[in-house]
Amino acid sequence: MSTETPSKAEPTIGDYQYGFHDSTDNYTFKSRKGLDHEIVRQISAMKNEPQWMLDFRLKSLDIFFARPMPQWGGDLDQIDFQNIYYYMKASDRQEKSWDDVPEEIRKTYDRLGIPEAEKQYLAGVKAQYESEVVYGSLQEDLARQGVLFTDTDSALRDHPDLFREYFGTIIPSADNKFAALNSAVWSGGSFIYVPPGVHIEFPLQAYFRINSENMGQFERTLIIVDEGASAHYVEGCTAPSWSAESLHSAVVEIVVKRKGRFRYTTIQNWANNVYNLVTKRAMAYGDSLMEWVDGNLGSKITMKYPAIYLMEPGARGETLSIAFANKGQHQDAGAKMVHCAPNTSSRVISKSISKGGGRSSYRGLAKVVKGATNCKTSVVCDALILDSASRSDTYPYIEVEEDDVTIEHEASVSKIAEEQLFYLMSRGLTEAEASAMIVTGFIEPLVKELPMEYAVEMNKLIELQMEGSVG
Amino acid sequence: MATLGIIDLQVSVESKPILKGVNLEIKAGEVHALMGPNGSGKSTLAYALAGHPKYEITGGSIEIDGTDVTGLDANERARLGMFLAFQYPVTIPGVRVADFLRHAVTNRRDPERKEGENLMPMREFRTELKERMTELGMDTEFARRYLNDGFSGGEKKRMEILQMAMLKPKFAILDETDSGLDSDAVKVVSEGVNRLSGPEMGVLIITHHERLLEFNKPQFTHVMLAGRIVETGDASLAAELHANGYATVRERHPEEAAEELTEQEKSLASV
Repeated sequence: MSTETPSKAEPTIGDYQYGFHDSTDNYTFKSRKGLDHEIVRQISAMKNEPQWMLDFRLKSLDIFFARPMPQWGGDLDQIDFQNIYYYMKASDRQEKSWDDVPEEIRKTYDRLGIPEAEKQYLAGVKAQYESEVVYGSLQEDLARQGVLFTDTDSALRDHPDLFREYFGTIIPSADNKFAALNSAVWSGGSFIYVPPGVHIEFPLQAYFRINSENMGQFERTLIIVDEGASAHYVEGCTAPSWSAESLHSAVVEIVVKRKGRFRYTTIQNWANNVYNLVTKRAMAYGDSLMEWVDGNLGSKITMKYPAIYLMEPGARGETLSIAFANKGQHQDAGAKMVHCAPNTSSRVISKSISKGGGRSSYRGLAKVVKGATNCKTSVVCDALILDSASRSDTYPYIEVEEDDVTIEHEASVSKIAEEQLFYLMSRGLTEAEASAMIVTGFIEPLVKELPMEYAVEMNKLIELQMEGSVG
Repeated sequence: MATLGIIDLQVSVESKPILKGVNLEIKAGEVHALMGPNGSGKSTLAYALAGHPKYEITGGSIEIDGTDVTGLDANERARLGMFLAFQYPVTIPGVRVADFLRHAVTNRRDPERKEGENLMPMREFRTELKERMTELGMDTEFARRYLNDGFSGGEKKRMEILQMAMLKPKFAILDETDSGLDSDAVKVVSEGVNRLSGPEMGVLIITHHERLLEFNKPQFTHVMLAGRIVETGDASLAAELHANGYATVRERHPEEAAEELTEQEKSLASV
C-alpha cells in the first residue's frame, strides 16, 4: 500500500488511498474547457475518424443539448458542463510494455498494483489514463484464437465493419441525456470480441484513471461474445481527490450470442468528488448467460443501473450489486431486467450500506413484454444502515404484460444490532473491528462470487470505508 | 494467582436497579455455581461482568487481579481474560467462524494490538483450531460456516465452548449453557468445560439445573435472590436446591423474598 500522502488540494477527503495525482504539464493535448460543436469536431479530428463517426457525434451532441436534466435519482444540478475538459491526451502512443509508458503514468499504475496483477492472474490489460488508453496487452494464445481486446478507438480504425455492426445498437444516443453526451465526446474504452467457442479462462482487465481536475472521462466499451464463447471482464476506476468535481460518463454495450457466457465485474472506487453517470446494457440471446457484478464505492453521485435484455428463449441474466454510500455520497444504483422472450429468467441481488450521512438507493426495473410467457424474475435487496444520519431507499419498478410469469421481490433494511456488536466485542474485537466484520459479512454472499484477488480487494476497500467510523 | 473480584456491585438496566450489591471472588482453578430463581439477577451479573453497555454499573467495582476494570468496555475486558458463554449466542451472517476467531484470538493474545495490524499466522491458527475442534468432537466444516447462522441450539452452545477453548480466558462465565440442550449435548458441553477448567481458569456456572454441575463439580454454590447473593455453600447446596427448589431459601431470607414479590407485582402491573 502506498505510504505517500494524498494531494493537499483537498484535505477533507480523508482516507481515500488513491487520492494522489500527477502533473499535467507534459500532456500531448488538452482541449479547452467547455462543450460545443467545435470541441466535438476537434476530438474527432484528433482521432482521424471517418465522416460517419463525426456525424454520429454531432447528432448526439444535439440530442444531449435538447434533453432536459433528469429530475429523479441524484441531484445533478451542480454539474457545470462548460467548466469541464472533454478531452485530454497524456501520451502520444499506446504501449505494449510498461517500460515504454511515460514514467509518471507508469508510476501511477504501479501504485494501483496493475502490472503486478497482470503478471499473476490476468489474460489481458487495458489502462486508460484521462481520455486515451496508454497501455494494452493480451495473451498471445488468445490473440491467435482470434480474440480481440483493444481500445475502442483502435477498433474503429482496425475493425471498421465489426465495429459499425454493433456500435450504438445496444444503447442508441437518444437513450438518455448522458448516453447522448458520451456518444458525442467518447474516447477510449475497451473493445472485446470473443470468437465462437473460445473460452477465456482468466479475466481481462481494464483500469480507468482520471488524473486532472475538472476532467470528464467518457470511455465507450463494446463487447461481443460470439456463440458458445465465454469471458470475464473486470474494470477498476479511481481518481485523485481534487476539490473540484470531475465527471465520468461511460457507455458500455454488450452482446452475448447463443450459448455464450459473459461476466462484467466493476469495482469502482472513485474519489468523492466524481459524478459517475453510466449507462450499461447487455443483450443476451438464446440460452446465454449474462452477469453484471457491480461494486460501487466512492463518487459524489453514482447513477447506474446495468441492464440485461433477454432477447431469446433460454437467456438468463444475473446482477449482483454492492453499493457503499459514505459521507457526502449518494449511490443511486440498481439493475434492469427486460424479458423480451419466453422462458427467460433473471435474478438481482443488491446489497447497500449507508454510513456517516451517506444515502444509498436501489432503483430497479423488472419488465416482461407481451408474449414473453413462462419467465422468472427475482429481486432481493438488502440495505444496512450504520447510523441515524444515513439513509436508504428502494424504488422497484415492475412492468408485466403477461400472466404466466413468476415475480419475486424482497427488500429488507437493517441496522447493526447492538447485540451483534456486543457479542463480537466480548470476544476482544474493538467496536470498529466488530462493525467492519458485520459489514463484511453483510456483503459476503456477493463478494464470494468474485475471483479471489478481487474479493480481497473488495474487503480491503470496505475496511478502509469503515476506518475511523467509531467515535 | 488470577483473581476476579466483584465488590458491592450494583447494576441498573434502563434505570431499574437489578443488582443491589453483589460480592464474589473467583480464583483461577475454582468452579463456582450461581443459582437462583428467574429474575433474581444471574444473567444481569453475567452481562455486567462482560461489559454490556446496557447494563449500567451504578456502584461497586469489578477487578481483575486487583486492577479495576469497571470502566473498560467489553473488548478491553475480553483481552484481559474475561469470557462470557452466551445463553443465546448471536448470529453474525456472512462472517466465517474461522475468520472471526482468528481475529479474536489475535487480540486476546496480543492485547496491545491496534486495528489493522497483522493477525496471527494462518497456518498456526488453523492447526490449533483443528485440534480444539477435534477435542470437542466438532466437524472441522464448522470453521467455514457463518457464525451461528443456521446452527442448532446444541451447535451454538458447542461453538461457545470452542471460542472459550481458543481464547483461553482467565475467567469464564457460563450463562445457562445447559439450557435447551438434550442430555447428550449437555454431556458434550460439560466435558468441554471440564477439559478447559484447570488451574489456569476460574469458572462461574449460572444454571437452573443440576446436570451441568454433575460433570463440573463446584467448590462453591451461591444463591441469588432479588439482586443479592444470599447464601454460599458447597456442592451439596446445589443438590439441595435442585431437590427442593427455592422455598426454603426464601424462608431463610424473608426480606429478599418480600422484595422479589414486590418487584414481580410491579412488573405485572406494568404489563
